Amino acid sequence: MVFGMGGGTSSYQEMEETDCVLLWGSNARETHPIFFHHLLKGLERGARMFAVDPRRTSSAQWADVWVGVDVGTDIPLANAVGREIIAAGLVNHDFVTHATEGFEAYRASVEPWTLARAASVTGVPAAVIRQMAHEYARARRAMLCWTLGITEHHHAVDNVLALINLALLTGHVGRWGSGINPLRGQNNVQGGGDMGALPDRLPGFQHVENDEVRQKFDRAWGVTIPPKRGWHLSGMFDAMERGELRAVYVIGENPIQSEADQHRAARLMDGLDFLVVQDLFLTDTAERADVVLPAAAGAFESEGTVTSSERRVQRCRRTLDPPGEAREDLAIIFDLARALGHDWGRPDAESVWNELRVLSPVHAGMSYGRLDEHRGLRWPCYDESHPGEAFLHARLWERPVKGRRAPFHAVEHTAPADALSDEYPIRLTTGRRLAEYNTGVQTRAYASPTRRGETIDLSPEDARQYGIAPGELVRIVSRRGEVMAPVYIDATLRPGLAFMTFHFPEQVQTNQLTIDATDPRAGTAEFKATAIRIEKAPAAAAAT
Amino acid sequence: MSATIDGRPIEARAGATILDACRDAGLDVPTLCYLETLTPVNACRVCVVEVEGARVLAPACSRRIEPGMVVRTRSPRVDLSRKLVLELLGSSVDLSTAPTLEPLMREYGADPGRFGPAPATVRQSPKVDNDLYMRDYSKCVLCYKCVEACGTDAQHTFAIAAAGRGFDAHISTEFDVVLPESACVYCGNCIAVCPTGALMAKHEYDLREAGAWKPEVQTATDTTCPYCGVGCTLTVHVQDRRIVKVTSPLESEVTRGNLCVKGRFGFEYVNKTG
Repeated sequence: MVFGMGGGTSSYQEMEETDCVLLWGSNARETHPIFFHHLLKGLERGARMFAVDPRRTSSAQWADVWVGVDVGTDIPLANAVGREIIAAGLVNHDFVTHATEGFEAYRASVEPWTLARAASVTGVPAAVIRQMAHEYARARRAMLCWTLGITEHHHAVDNVLALINLALLTGHVGRWGSGINPLRGQNNVQGGGDMGALPDRLPGFQHVENDEVRQKFDRAWGVTIPPKRGWHLSGMFDAMERGELRAVYVIGENPIQSEADQHRAARLMDGLDFLVVQDLFLTDTAERADVVLPAAAGAFESEGTVTSSERRVQRCRRTLDPPGEAREDLAIIFDLARALGHDWGRPDAESVWNELRVLSPVHAGMSYGRLDEHRGLRWPCYDESHPGEAFLHARLWERPVKGRRAPFHAVEHTAPADALSDEYPIRLTTGRRLAEYNTGVQTRAYASPTRRGETIDLSPEDARQYGIAPGELVRIVSRRGEVMAPVYIDATLRPGLAFMTFHFPEQVQTNQLTIDATDPRAGTAEFKATAIRIEKAPAAAAAT
Repeated sequence: MSATIDGRPIEARAGATILDACRDAGLDVPTLCYLETLTPVNACRVCVVEVEGARVLAPACSRRIEPGMVVRTRSPRVDLSRKLVLELLGSSVDLSTAPTLEPLMREYGADPGRFGPAPATVRQSPKVDNDLYMRDYSKCVLCYKCVEACGTDAQHTFAIAAAGRGFDAHISTEFDVVLPESACVYCGNCIAVCPTGALMAKHEYDLREAGAWKPEVQTATDTTCPYCGVGCTLTVHVQDRRIVKVTSPLESEVTRGNLCVKGRFGFEYVNKTG
């Protein structure tokens, strides 16, 4: 949206050679452990680190400064950092003048966000906001990295734009060791988007509403591609609600348990005329399907590629044969095409990849041979002599700037959709733990010694106030549902802040609590901000 | 810079160690506690070489090469030193799962039996205190690789360190607690660097105990981890259509041989469907 391609700008190696890291809404120590190794190397070399997170996470414990922002107030914090950078005269004027546009409107938009006002809205002391602004702006090189703490909000896109504005102000993008990086939560989130698994994109992140691009694909595929974008995931649920979406084909996803507001998700999927699920497991979603297609495990039983958070395309290989009647996704899709009257020939991952290389200029140089030789290559990689780029947007430093200037976006704060009230006074935020993954369909099969099942994690102060003992089973109530879970007392939480995962749906269906308020531009629900109350379970209440 | 190794003139990079220079020149120097991804600790003395004019033998893994230096990687003094180190290790430590040491023993004519019928050993029971990995300190040569991988060279978890002095020196969790009570996060990066099998995935240990560990029929195939978006290379070791071990190549820029608990141990879901 700002730069034209959706991907992290920097290589992991640069984390080791940067001078300042803002880790914003990310517990990478647990959710991206090997990325965090690179970050730690940077800290060993003297980089400074600010961890912006409502929780004092295991990542924040490595930071020079923990910036304990209140859930859902990232925009006020970022705008105040921007205002302070401007007020203190720390703007990189050369970069702003030559490589960006919209600075004056941005300056006006952040003007109301004084340190004092931001402190009162975000809960972060004014001196800490000021320190973060000054250190980030003054650093020779600086990285801004974020994860779902930024994007699982109803204003996800604005959150990201607010962070990018800071990189534009300071020129911390387009250079070695300076960049802006969303850390991807799944092994092919980046690659899925790159391959066109987005409602408005064709493979190679090329826009479906661009006539020239679309006609290129029309010619290559001998079909006429609909000229309009489709629905993202939340849009699909809305379309089910309106009765416009009647049949769904789910590949490798368990939306019944992973979607916010689970009651609604289940009701809508149960109301479909036809549901196909292609998965390794008979998940809760698959249990409801009309047809289940047993699939091979992507990383272990299939050929193909995935793309990482540093834009590195790497191969997945068939390390063993899939069991029983399970087949590779590609083979299933080819058979489906044949049943629909299109013979695509023999399913072969490398042939499909080579077809992509013809249609996607940024992947053109990535033959399987070269991917093997280099242990993956980072896009863009335009031809077979191109080494791939470590970092993106160097063009912004050319004078005159090459291509389109990067626009500032003025963004306004809106509070989380699920407001706190006397009835629902506690802010529940959700996330992952180190040894677990999503709804647990993969991780529950191995014996993690640190596994302790689902808990509701509360601050010691809240536990004391409610008279709750560690391990006590409590009722957790939101405006959409209620669940029972044992309490875990976590001193990294502040009063009024609770934490749960969604790793153990067989034990606790956390997403019965969460809200499906969604950013219409991104389609990501606000998993990070639910209003709840805690009630002592009847038996425990009677006993006390 | 110019130097001489085993009578051959060589050109070495600035900052190179004697070991780097030897390997660049195609000369083999044996190592035990050295690994290219870890900081040298100079613990094992297997890589010692003779530097002309120096009073004592120098560890090739950490001694930087200097202009005009004359190095001998093999000499009666070097060979005697290596032989003695190997004999001391061989007499006190169970090296039955240390495949790299056996050829060295032969090459240097090491005779671990020469200290008599009942030499002091570090023999003890294997510690099996969790489902993911076991520690058999009967097999530990105190190379410190695990401590370094758990510490500042990679994982920064600091669950283990060296405790005790002299012959009683050993690798330990804090206060010798069992792993589940330690700071351990079960990344297994210690297992990945252990050269003797003292640290081993429980899966492999159980198969070995049952006589069912068959490296000769195993395949090793590289793929990319199915979990988060970092993109770690997994080398998947398969035996009898089941995944029996996952490692990562030291040469990977992304991992440098390290993984997290899910990458290294989270493969069971594939076996369960198989």
